[in-house]
Amino acid sequence: MVSRTFETVAGPRSEDTLPSSATSAVKIVIVGGFGVGKTTLVRSVSEIRPLTTEETMTQASVSVDDLEGIERKSMTTVAMDFGRISIDDELVLYVFGTPGQQRFWFLWNGLFEGALGAVVLVDTRRLEASFDVLGRLEESQTPFVVAVNAFDEAPSYSDEELREALDLTDDVPLLVCDARSRESSKGVLLALMRYLYSLAMTSEAT
Amino acid sequence: MTPDDEWDEGTPERLYILTGGRSGPEEAGLDLVTLIVARSAPQIGMQPEHESILRVCESPLSVVEISAHLKLPVSIVTVLLADLLAEERVEARAPAPSLPDIDIIKAVIHGLQNL
Ligand SMILES: Nc1nc2c(ncn2[C@@H]2O[C@H](COP(=O)(O)OP(=O)(O)OP(=O)(O)O)[C@@H](O)[C@H]2O)c(=O)[nH]1
Ligand SMILES: [Mg+2]
Repeated sequence: MVSRTFETVAGPRSEDTLPSSATSAVKIVIVGGFGVGKTTLVRSVSEIRPLTTEETMTQASVSVDDLEGIERKSMTTVAMDFGRISIDDELVLYVFGTPGQQRFWFLWNGLFEGALGAVVLVDTRRLEASFDVLGRLEESQTPFVVAVNAFDEAPSYSDEELREALDLTDDVPLLVCDARSRESSKGVLLALMRYLYSLAMTSEAT
Repeated sequence: MTPDDEWDEGTPERLYILTGGRSGPEEAGLDLVTLIVARSAPQIGMQPEHESILRVCESPLSVVEISAHLKLPVSIVTVLLADLLAEERVEARAPAPSLPDIDIIKAVIHGLQNL
């Protein structure tokens, strides 16, 4: 047993507690390269102050890291931000913002399993940062939408140019957002949910 | 984390002690967003981590929120929760099925529109 003193855990603030009628929860994952605004988007939509969970991962099953300056070590700590939205008295939606080190997301047990879908946030100054994750989402058959987080300084491209550059088929929704805005971020989540609705309708019809 | 931190929050040694060396949290069938609710009040003499879980789960709270509040990895929290579930001190409310039915999608759309 642990002998050191265990600080008292504060727990959620009273205004952050869920009603006892809450019975089930679903999740959405926000992915994208370093600094594209994932944490900002989570903060914009969350009803609670965003929280962080950390997991220690062994690198044994990870292929050689392509990030310069990152030494190879056996254990890596990966932090995940997340927020929460109460949908109604019973249903709760959790929104996860993955950290920049893409290779670890897919090792994260249960992050993508059972997720409704994903949002790929893109910065047009670094489109190539999205290639890896797009491929992995397709592999894991997680439905996703692509949202361009429009930084003021970033070049803007036409939809056709972006689809071409990111190798997106026409059925994948592509939209522009401002992750700092609650309305705009809400719109991104809605775009994903409407896409999932259309997918569910199509599969029901067949 | 530096290699010199002997008793850092996340060191394998500490985590090993917390879980009594057990592994395999999957057996409890817990998802990151499974909602946990306490069924009984904390009792004197309980492992402090168990006590903390019971305290933060007076109202429903997801596994991942418990992890954030306790500052313990989800993989450890699920092991601790498996103990509490076995003793029926907490109740787990399973997440919606991974292939959500259209009603859940509609409910989320509706909920987001009303934010
Ligand atoms: N101009 C502008 N700045 C933004 C926008 N979204 C985020 N930022 C800023 O960009 C920086 C990075 O945003 P984060 O939300 O931390 O990005 P992240 O994707 O979580 O970053 P990592 O977790 O490090 O990968 C912050 O300083 C934000 O304030 C945006 O839409 N426009
Ligand atoms: Mg971040």
